[in-house]
Amino acid sequence: MEVPLRSSGQGDSLLSAKRRAHERVTAAARVGASNPARRLGKPAPRWHAVAEVAIRIMALSVIAAVLLIFAFVAKEALPLLFSKSIHQEVTLGKMFTAQAWPGYDSAEHIWQPVSEIPKYGIWPLILGTLKVSIVAMLVAVPLGVGAAVYVSQYASRRTREIVKPMIELLAGVPSVVLGFFALMVMASWFQSLLGLESRLNALVAGVALSFAVVPLIFTISEEALGAVPRSYIEASTALGAARWQTIVRVLVPAASPGIAAAVALGLGRAVGETMIVLMASGNAAITSASFVESVRTLSATIAAELAEVVFGGAHYTVLFFLGTVLFVTTFVINFLGDYAIGRMKKRLGVAA
Amino acid sequence: MSIPTANSFVRRRRSRLGDIALVVATGAATVLVLAVLAIIVIDVVRGGSQRLSWTFLSMAPSEGMTAGGVFPAIFGTVAMVILMTVAVVPAGVATAVYLHEYADAGSRLTRAIRIAVNNLAGVPSIVFGLFGLGFFVRFVGAGVDRAFFGGEKVFGQPALVWAALTMAVLTVPVVIVATEEALRSVPRELREASLALGATKFQTVLNVVLPQATPGILTGTILAISRGAGEVAPILFTGAAYYLPSLNWHPSSQFLHLGYHVYVLATQSPDVDASKPLLYSTVLVLLAVTFVLNFSAFVVRSRMRHRFTGAGT
Repeated sequence: MEVPLRSSGQGDSLLSAKRRAHERVTAAARVGASNPARRLGKPAPRWHAVAEVAIRIMALSVIAAVLLIFAFVAKEALPLLFSKSIHQEVTLGKMFTAQAWPGYDSAEHIWQPVSEIPKYGIWPLILGTLKVSIVAMLVAVPLGVGAAVYVSQYASRRTREIVKPMIELLAGVPSVVLGFFALMVMASWFQSLLGLESRLNALVAGVALSFAVVPLIFTISEEALGAVPRSYIEASTALGAARWQTIVRVLVPAASPGIAAAVALGLGRAVGETMIVLMASGNAAITSASFVESVRTLSATIAAELAEVVFGGAHYTVLFFLGTVLFVTTFVINFLGDYAIGRMKKRLGVAA
Repeated sequence: MSIPTANSFVRRRRSRLGDIALVVATGAATVLVLAVLAIIVIDVVRGGSQRLSWTFLSMAPSEGMTAGGVFPAIFGTVAMVILMTVAVVPAGVATAVYLHEYADAGSRLTRAIRIAVNNLAGVPSIVFGLFGLGFFVRFVGAGVDRAFFGGEKVFGQPALVWAALTMAVLTVPVVIVATEEALRSVPRELREASLALGATKFQTVLNVVLPQATPGILTGTILAISRGAGEVAPILFTGAAYYLPSLNWHPSSQFLHLGYHVYVLATQSPDVDASKPLLYSTVLVLLAVTFVLNFSAFVVRSRMRHRFTGAGT
């Protein structure tokens, strides 16, 4: 094999001398790696080759995991489309359209899978998920982005070194603990403060959910704000802009794809989060516009009902369908979020 | 330079007001977020510390979960987390090594793996539960039963091993991200020196790069363990039990889990008021465990970050 030890870098500047030395090292290394005859020392044991293959397989298995998750969740939901016996109880069309149930005056969307006539109207669940997520985002976005602006722009180094680990600690609080706190403590506060009829409702669940979302939004936004080149800030300051004008008109717009990604990933988390809403939302599948009534979300429905269903039955199939809906929704949201991050990195010239 | 006019005074005042407003608004957001954490911690410590004792940590729940302790839940959590770690660390480290040391950064495959890692991190935890039930319990478990147990139900039902593996799939992005960060911090020169001495790529990774990246791998492992101890939704249908009369190590048995135990005590207890002190103490144990884990991960990571400063890259 030809090794271009001398062919590169004929220039005599210091820089090119350095580069030449560097290239020599990597070229020599390449020879060692690919040509066993010229390698020094003991030959590598055979299991190294096996391990290298194993590493490759492991990396590929991450892709396989995502595909398998989708395949196995969707597979269990598939009978909803094709099984005749399940169609006697429920079809996809019936889930999404209002049905004239006996005992009701008009056609309605109702989720009542465990009753004499099982009713699988999905809209109350989607509505519940939306209500809780909207509350969570309304609380979490200002808090998360606001804290990110403060920490990255105003806080002293010392403050930053205290605040950031604290927020990481908040991210580490298990969601079941947040759910517990919402159920036992927050629900009572909200009820006595606002005089609510139902203790557990979309508002309580949404606010508790926001505690899980804030650290995520904070971390990504803070990183995005930190990635804005100093020259942007210097240029703005040189033009006579005040600090707040620089932040509001230059810094935040420049970091906006990153902040958008933070919001998207936060929304993905809010839509899919289970234990908090399971414990704090009241779990009643009510169709109403009110945010202080109990709601039932897609995720909580799966968690609450799957343990008691017959394997392979209509209810089981429908719950896996809800899982598929959740998977696809969060997949799309996260994908858009990652896309936004990638675009921002490209735009600001930051290496990925 | 110029004589201040009324207009410029107004402008300067407005700009100062704007700065004050922004500092107050964003500072308030920061304080509020920290206050939430503080309030939760204070409430849990106040409600949970009276009942917390050695007996509480070492005894089983009794009298319909209104007395006794949480030992079986600690035991089950530890057993599950050990199994999970055995699965997740090699898988996560191998993937990170592939991504950072072997893969061609721009290739389509690498991009696909990265997208997969990111999306795996974003899949709702309850979907992992469905996946664990559909894949591990009903597909792999039932297959194992058919092949080795003559169709008898041993592994084809919710079990410790399936919960651990489900949790491993959920936490693998944590290990990958932490390991990759550590790999990135290992100076290029170390790799080049090793390669120049004639080591193969794998020898370099094994003997030079990975030892330097140990703190990162440790960080990832600790964070994964912390997730595993607290996450409940993935194990709801894959192995967690409401209550078990005896401790069992066997991978095909069900187990009690601290996080799930909190959920059970908070929502399914026959007598919520009577089990409330117990509930608070259980939450305190869980919260203390996750805080200690997260804090130690933080310490390990910040030490690692400081180690190579000045050594290039």
